[in-house]
Amino acid sequence: MSTIEQFRHETRAWLEANCPPSMRAAMAEGDVVWGGSQPQFPNDDARLWFERMRDKRWFCPEWPEAYGGAGLDAEQVAVLESEMRRLKCRPPQINLGIWMLGPVLLAYGSEAQKLSLLPPMARGEVRWCQGFSEPNAGSDLASLKMSARDAGDHFVVDGSKIWTSYGDKSDWMYALVRTDPQASKHEGISLIVLDMRSPGINAMPIDLISGKSAFCQVFFDAVKVPKSQLVGPLNGGWNLAKYLLQHERKAMSKFGEFSLPSHFDLLALLREYLPRPRTQGEQALQARVVACAMDEHAYGLTVQRMAEEGRCGDDVSGLMAIMKLTHTEQERSKFEVLLDAMGGHAFGWESEAFSERELAVTRSWLNSYALTISGGASEVQLNVIAKRVLGLPDGKKGVTA
Amino acid sequence: MTLRYNEEQRLLADSARDFLAARSPVSAQRRLRDEGARAGFDTQLWRDAVELGWSAIPFPEQLGGLDFGCMGLGPVFEAIGHNLAPTPLLSSVVLAGSLLHLAGSARQQATWLQPLISGERRLALAVDERARHQPRDIAMAAVANAEGFRLHGEKFWVVDGVGADAFVVAARTDGQPGDAHGISLFLVPADTPGVECSPLPLIDSRNCGRLRLDQVQLDAQALLGAPGQAWSALDAALDRGRACLAAELLGAAQQLFQTTLDYLKTRVQFDVPIGSFQALQHRAAQLYVDLALARSAVMAGLAALDAHELNDAQRGRLVSLAKWKAGDTAIKVANEAVQMHGGIGVTDELDVGLYLKRVRVAQACLGDRDFHCERYSALDEACA
Repeated sequence: MSTIEQFRHETRAWLEANCPPSMRAAMAEGDVVWGGSQPQFPNDDARLWFERMRDKRWFCPEWPEAYGGAGLDAEQVAVLESEMRRLKCRPPQINLGIWMLGPVLLAYGSEAQKLSLLPPMARGEVRWCQGFSEPNAGSDLASLKMSARDAGDHFVVDGSKIWTSYGDKSDWMYALVRTDPQASKHEGISLIVLDMRSPGINAMPIDLISGKSAFCQVFFDAVKVPKSQLVGPLNGGWNLAKYLLQHERKAMSKFGEFSLPSHFDLLALLREYLPRPRTQGEQALQARVVACAMDEHAYGLTVQRMAEEGRCGDDVSGLMAIMKLTHTEQERSKFEVLLDAMGGHAFGWESEAFSERELAVTRSWLNSYALTISGGASEVQLNVIAKRVLGLPDGKKGVTA
Repeated sequence: MTLRYNEEQRLLADSARDFLAARSPVSAQRRLRDEGARAGFDTQLWRDAVELGWSAIPFPEQLGGLDFGCMGLGPVFEAIGHNLAPTPLLSSVVLAGSLLHLAGSARQQATWLQPLISGERRLALAVDERARHQPRDIAMAAVANAEGFRLHGEKFWVVDGVGADAFVVAARTDGQPGDAHGISLFLVPADTPGVECSPLPLIDSRNCGRLRLDQVQLDAQALLGAPGQAWSALDAALDRGRACLAAELLGAAQQLFQTTLDYLKTRVQFDVPIGSFQALQHRAAQLYVDLALARSAVMAGLAALDAHELNDAQRGRLVSLAKWKAGDTAIKVANEAVQMHGGIGVTDELDVGLYLKRVRVAQACLGDRDFHCERYSALDEACA
């Protein structure tokens, strides 16, 4: 048996022995385990699975052992991932640090930063959040203004970050700050990491049109951040941010996190709420719903095709670039037609007159508006496809996707 | 079920692309049109395609086929769409050939399928009687009598019907229009008394016929399969044709999109390439998304036809998805291609118009967007 086959054999045996059966099924929303200083587990199996994977160092199997990883090579990581897929193992935790900041630290961090930040991250002991967007820097992220002023051995940070998921529940943040207000907008930005317990930080959850949300606005009032927490070169943060966002896409494709259609079955709901279209209007509505369901099916097949082509080593960058746009736009259309098909049943709000599923449709419809805005608005996604995938020329100099 | 061509299918794609690029580029289609070629295709080209094995692709080895399945037809039809190449591959091999394969007796297969595969004979399928595809609505009566059956009526839109050696005719021996039950298939040689196929010239300049059967007397041997029970074989053969048309539409749309992108990058107005305008960029990006989804649907439709683990409803649902998405996307791409080319886009000199016309016909052939949307919905309920 070759070494890699031996590894596959051992990995399969270990997973079969150590992944609790209840952790081998699809996850509901409340089942997600977030690593951090105070991890919460929905049940004992989830805790067990978390601890076993942590002790195996398989939260970040490809990281060097010195930084808390298992030191696996790319081939072994692929085997581990395929064996986990085979058994349908849930991710033992979701950790923004490992997926997003970790690769940046490995590539650009100082040795001291790697040794102090990576091992606790690798053990799932720190919950990380991302501080990128600001009230006046959304799609145009590089126009961000939160300042980090040089004060000798530390920076003084003032300003505000917005749309920070779980800002109120996180231990640490990685953030883009302006360290040179005189430089051109891409060149005065730096990447820093900071402890969310620092004095002067206040994270406020944001209520959305859909109700409570994980999003926060985080306010910084003269927050002291030691200079040792600058990652990469001073004023060199923009390149690191681009590197980080590339990794986000890669991680998403690797973990199969390209969101699948929401679990509402359009055609089943159509049959339930509009069993016999009586009028021409209802027939037209029915046709709209079916078309929407068919597009959703074609998207699901595209997710499947991308995974298959990716495994065969084909170039899937073009497909990857369309996934976020397609999924989120389809979710929008889906709830549009669902609302029409369900009529008044879809307008309930905290009322016992409506079923839980009906209330969930209402919330999901309202939530779908955020999908086509956050994480790169649809218009930005279209720019990216036009320029990076189709190679269409830039409109005016200096404006990039 | 795989959604990716394997190595063998990729080789087939390369060879089909090279063959058609050399022998049947778009200019060849233009020439056939201008000459008013009756057959609608180049007979020598078809003989050479048969030599390459195209007519044997979907059939099992014991019938003289290559057993490459529908996934083996996909790359060839994509290349056909790419080059707008007219051949009787769809009409004779995929539609009529599939019915001989699925419903024919050993004797019928020896008489008709063998020469069909070897290219000596060419058959055409006659199903539709009206301008919109709705195979259950078959009304043409086939009346049983002492000698066999007597057929009378007219078929509309017989693909490659002009000059065909024989027709597979779907007619009703029982039931009412709208019923699946009661439909029978008949093998009707073109020289049978009372048979007449006249040209029905369409915008895509291919071979399309109108078939008149005037009190045509057939013997009992003409029946293909059991009387009144043809629906499932017919539906299966139509599904193969639909999936192949979907692949052709995808190939055509892909090529037309590429041509349009090249134009956006080179056409200069207001001192800049027009592809730098965001209004056009976003529309082009949207088409790219549709093409990606269409490819996934087409691959699934082709693969479904070869997947024995699926039932008829599951197969039909995926084929309808493929035809719907490929047809819808091809129309969007063709319409945008004309608009984005501007003035030259509406001239006959540009190939864009030839693609537009073929896409429009192929989209309607064997069921348009609305037909497949409705069918998908009905089959989804059967799958649920």
